Amino acid sequence: MAKEVKRVNKLTLLSKGWNAVFVIILFFMALLVVIPMLLILIVSLSSEISIADYGYTFFPSEWTLDGYRYLFKTGDQLADSYLVTIFYSITGTLMSLTVMTMFAYVIAQKKFKHSRLFTWLLFFTMLFSGGLVPIYILNVRYLHINNSIWIFLLPSLVNAYYTVILRTFIRTTIPDTLFEAARIDGAGHFRIFVSIVLPLFKTGIATVGLFNMVSRWNDWFTGMLYIQNPKLVPLQTLLTKLQNTIDFLKQNAAIAGTPDGIALLRTLPDENMRMACTIIVILPILFAYPFFQRYFVQGLTMGSIKG
Amino acid sequence: MLQTRANVRLKKRKKIFQKEDAALYLMALPTLIYLLIFCYVPMGGLVMAFQDLNITKGIFRSPYVGLKNFEFLFRTTDAWVITRNTVCYNLIFIVVNLIISISLALMLSSLRSGGYAKTMQTIYMMPYFLSYAVVAIVANAFLDRDNGLVNSILRLMGEPGKTNWYHQLRIWPPLSVFVNAWKNVGYQTVLYLAVISGISVDYYEAAVLDGATKFQQACYITLPHLRYIVGISLILSMSSIFRGDFGLFYNVPMNSGKIYPVTDVIDTYIYRSLTYLNNVGMSTAAGLYQSVVGFVLVLVVNKIVNRIDPDSAMF
Repeated sequence: MAKEVKRVNKLTLLSKGWNAVFVIILFFMALLVVIPMLLILIVSLSSEISIADYGYTFFPSEWTLDGYRYLFKTGDQLADSYLVTIFYSITGTLMSLTVMTMFAYVIAQKKFKHSRLFTWLLFFTMLFSGGLVPIYILNVRYLHINNSIWIFLLPSLVNAYYTVILRTFIRTTIPDTLFEAARIDGAGHFRIFVSIVLPLFKTGIATVGLFNMVSRWNDWFTGMLYIQNPKLVPLQTLLTKLQNTIDFLKQNAAIAGTPDGIALLRTLPDENMRMACTIIVILPILFAYPFFQRYFVQGLTMGSIKG
Repeated sequence: MLQTRANVRLKKRKKIFQKEDAALYLMALPTLIYLLIFCYVPMGGLVMAFQDLNITKGIFRSPYVGLKNFEFLFRTTDAWVITRNTVCYNLIFIVVNLIISISLALMLSSLRSGGYAKTMQTIYMMPYFLSYAVVAIVANAFLDRDNGLVNSILRLMGEPGKTNWYHQLRIWPPLSVFVNAWKNVGYQTVLYLAVISGISVDYYEAAVLDGATKFQQACYITLPHLRYIVGISLILSMSSIFRGDFGLFYNVPMNSGKIYPVTDVIDTYIYRSLTYLNNVGMSTAAGLYQSVVGFVLVLVVNKIVNRIDPDSAMF
């Protein structure tokens, strides 16, 4: 019997020729992904002279760590941005997870009379939104949370999509009978939430938490729209701003010649330093991601489970 | 006797639930407050679309101007251009990404070595976790006028290599499609791989016993199994066809004005009207236009899904 299965399995295997073809095609696709990132890495390790002579290239005439060295020596702004980004990525994710799992728990209760209403209140925000402008006016004119750390924490506190997914997960992984048994034993909802739901639900929470943290880490838009205080500029916004200033000067050579332009040019980092900065921004994600890949894959596929 | 005891227990249980509801309200409260302030209040703010907003007077005291903001928006060709760009790009993205990711998933799933497939999958998914701030810098490393790789290679080939790619209208449509695929194909591939790995081996074994080739297996077993999730996700993605990818069309082209005709989407237009032109009324009007059409699309799409397959409907 086992032999039979093995024989059939062997038959379902791809022929060696096609396998080789696929391996090569897939390898080239991987190169398409890796090469652009490799270019950034190599430019970050090229000397300024090499960049001036040959531009960005895979084969610089001179290798150096200067980009990174200057970055760490003069990188006050970078350090500030790093700290801010780390702070709000972690704090924001913890806050979101707390608020979202609690709400998910509530709307997962089939016996709670308002669970349908609450679900709809949440769900409707996925279908219709006031859009960028009213939210901007609200944050800036009425809540006055622009230019403060709160802008990174409050408007992104609840993600409707992930809350709905969390609810579905609670419903499917934790049987109703468990809730009822706990309640008859006299446990309140808080007790049940903390001592039953959270422990049983670690994977789901970790998955949503990781996605939440990555999207916070990658958020450049909030900083660009709301932050002027240099102490609060997030990493990704810093990158965008550097790029835009350099580009602006390049497009407007006339300004670059004026004293103001020259002063501005002087504050700009060298090309290799800018690329070093980029590498340092993506490094944590590239390092963390393979370790957490299981969660990420699960997170991506659980989105396709009906909410 | 038994009946009454069960009744008593039921009553008791009911009572417990009601008393316990207070805890549930408390747990829901933070999210409810959030939804009120950050979602429902801004919806009310959409009245600004019908106002001539004076920022010092605020929403409550600014005069109403009827549909003037919309007139302003639709009188120029802007509305048409941004709508066309948003919708067309999204349609192309959907088709291109689908074809590439299905092909990759089919190839990966049929490889002899599972380890190789795993590694490739990890690599393909990496760009999905990069921000558009980073992607823009990566793109710039190729496209930069002075230092970019493309111009360097052109120079090596004897061309002048002085082209400013951020001014070239014709390269941006294919380039945007490429960048979007580069970033998102990996994630879709992983999704389809998950579905493929869920297909029972029995089908393939039976097919092999009947003498089906690997190609026939892909055509008659794997693809039909994917048809369902592909169909549903295609229809569902129609509902967000009115939302432009801000990062892709603002960051990657470096907000270059010369190429607005092919890169401006509704979202970038709203952002610029707000931050550069400071035209709150018109940008709200554009936002309302986007929200309403988007909402109608979701309803229509959901109705269609409901008819085809109620289980996959959103609501």
